[in-house]
Amino acid sequence: MFDALTDRFVKLQRKLRGYGTLSQQEVGEALREVRTVLLEADVNYKVVGAFIRAVRQRLEEQDITRAVKPAEVIDVALFRELTSLLGGSPAKLELSGNPATVCLVGLQGTGKTTFAGKLAKLYKSRRPLLVACDPKRPAASEQLRRVAETAGAGFVPARDDVVANCLASLDVARRQGNNLVVFDTAGRLHIDNELMAELELIQQQASPEATLLVLDGMVGQDALIQAEQFHERLKLTGACITKLDGDARGGAVVSVRQVTGLPVLFIGTGEKLADIEPFHPDRIASRILGRGDLHSLAEKVSASGNPEQQRATAEKFLKGRFDLEDFLDQLRNIKKMGSLSKLMKMIPGAGQVNVDETEMVRVEAMIQSMTPAERHDPDIIDGSRRRRIAEGSGTSVQDINRLLKEFGQARVMARQLGGITPGRLPRGFRPRRGR
Amino acid sequence: MSPGVFGRGFARLKQALSRTRNSFRRLLDTRDESELEELLLAADVGVAATDRLVDRLRGATDRRAVLEEEVARLLEPGAGPVAAPVEPPRVVMVVGVNGSGKTTTVGKLCRLFREQGQRVLVAAADTYRDAASDQLAVWAARAGVELVASTQGQDAAAVAFDALTRAKSQGFDIALLDTAGRLHTRTDLMAEVAKIRRVCARVKPGAPDDIWLVLDATVGQNGLRQARAFHDELGLTGLVVAKLDGTARGGVMIPVVQELGVPVRYVGTGERLEDIEPFDARAFARALLES
Repeated sequence: MFDALTDRFVKLQRKLRGYGTLSQQEVGEALREVRTVLLEADVNYKVVGAFIRAVRQRLEEQDITRAVKPAEVIDVALFRELTSLLGGSPAKLELSGNPATVCLVGLQGTGKTTFAGKLAKLYKSRRPLLVACDPKRPAASEQLRRVAETAGAGFVPARDDVVANCLASLDVARRQGNNLVVFDTAGRLHIDNELMAELELIQQQASPEATLLVLDGMVGQDALIQAEQFHERLKLTGACITKLDGDARGGAVVSVRQVTGLPVLFIGTGEKLADIEPFHPDRIASRILGRGDLHSLAEKVSASGNPEQQRATAEKFLKGRFDLEDFLDQLRNIKKMGSLSKLMKMIPGAGQVNVDETEMVRVEAMIQSMTPAERHDPDIIDGSRRRRIAEGSGTSVQDINRLLKEFGQARVMARQLGGITPGRLPRGFRPRRGR
Repeated sequence: MSPGVFGRGFARLKQALSRTRNSFRRLLDTRDESELEELLLAADVGVAATDRLVDRLRGATDRRAVLEEEVARLLEPGAGPVAAPVEPPRVVMVVGVNGSGKTTTVGKLCRLFREQGQRVLVAAADTYRDAASDQLAVWAARAGVELVASTQGQDAAAVAFDALTRAKSQGFDIALLDTAGRLHTRTDLMAEVAKIRRVCARVKPGAPDDIWLVLDATVGQNGLRQARAFHDELGLTGLVVAKLDGTARGGVMIPVVQELGVPVRYVGTGERLEDIEPFDARAFARALLES
């Protein structure tokens, strides 16, 4: 996400860190660089102008030319201003009705149906009901039905009378105890009068609590025009920006709040239903500036596995009784959190590391080709077993050798770690107690 | 097969281009070069083409004629639906990012080819997205062409293999492959689409005869990067530009044609099955600038 933008910011910061003090002129140069970076990322030029002015003012207040560590002052100023540009505090989707109702709108192909599934997954505890509101596009209703199935949500098929269908679905929800109803409307152009009128009718009759505009993150500034025009007619609650795992430059995400006043509520970062994030301006600002995002990472980790099991695994690990079965579980947990390279981006400084995801698939295949006994006690894996495992997993004996060797080393290290009593660990390595 | 400048197709094209035309027509009213540049860049024409157009407009008397001529020239390389004849079945693979309009475009192409009297077989090689095969089945039925359906999670290359084998043995003229949407930045998925291509060649040497990228006109500049990535991976033989009616930035095809030399084959002009036109650079330029 926003790789190009982040790369440039990281480079700029590295350069600035080389300076002991900054002259007025050097500050000006740095700000010009920031301006170029943002403009090239397709951020609206008015937004960029206001942003640069705000940063400059902040720097002057802090007397930047006298600062001892000017790079840090600039870094903080950029972070603060970028956060406020992105909306300041996170805008939350307020859901209070019973059932709560959300209407998704947008152009064709922006990802509304997939997003409905993501919302359903995120709000799973509300037992969501997904309502197909696109009777025209072939198999649109069927697509949503399958998405609902994957997300474990209820489903109402499309009917020709879209508005009546929305109303009827509210009764269904009340009867079945679904506490969130999502209307997945047909893609439409903001200039299509007839279809826009249909949305207005849905709003009047079914009065959804929130109407969310789903925007394709790759669109760039045209997205702002779409947002403005949809907003003008429909009084939107917020925007959701999808396909940010592509090479979207981030222009839409950064400018949409300032230009249209619409808060960004969610972003979609991949094809899996789990690839949705509530939009936190400070965390996104942090990621854009290359500082990582440990908050989101921690949330993903705690959401992906059962904490009991995690603790049991950690204990086993420290006692050196960690086996390949546990290792496989861990691999799968990581996979549940989404792509590994995406996770790396959340770790400060690790965003530039390349992760080979196919390697994970191969390791998984290798372990799956082992018998339970072999997984539990890798020491019994001899030459002939290695050949069998290699054949079964489509890898080579050398690959198996390497996996077993690395695993063996990790086990020895873990045993050493576990053998040290926490009191004797150097400060910083001691396990924290409580919170 | 050209739509001609006066046919029904031309009217539809003009209608679809109305938003892009608004920005192009403004080019005729201004002589201020920096304003010209701004307008052209905003329509995603690209820097090189912008410089060229501004240059040609300098001192021109009949500005509309000059502009029309230049736009047509920029879009002309290889344009049009006609491709070299091949031994049937002609295998056409359709690729693109998620939500660009591939399945709809494939449905429209089915109808178009069938109306030309060709026997068309269409394959649902999108085995990833929910209900993609069902969606295509509806289009195929409406267009009256035969379908090779698939189930979700099936190997897309296997679907392509089956479809081509059938097309070959049963004497179809055209086999259309609808593939799954993939973001051009996902190297794993790009490798998968390359595999589908390799499998095609196993059934019929040299296949696919055509690989067309469906480009969503509303994405603007990102379209160039998409086209570049797909072209590098697959070697595109054509573009189909979709959703022209939704955008004022229909100019993005100019840098794509100029930089990659990949011609535009068809343009989608609306949501109905018949809303697709064979691309003609001259008619397009005219539709763009005519009042």
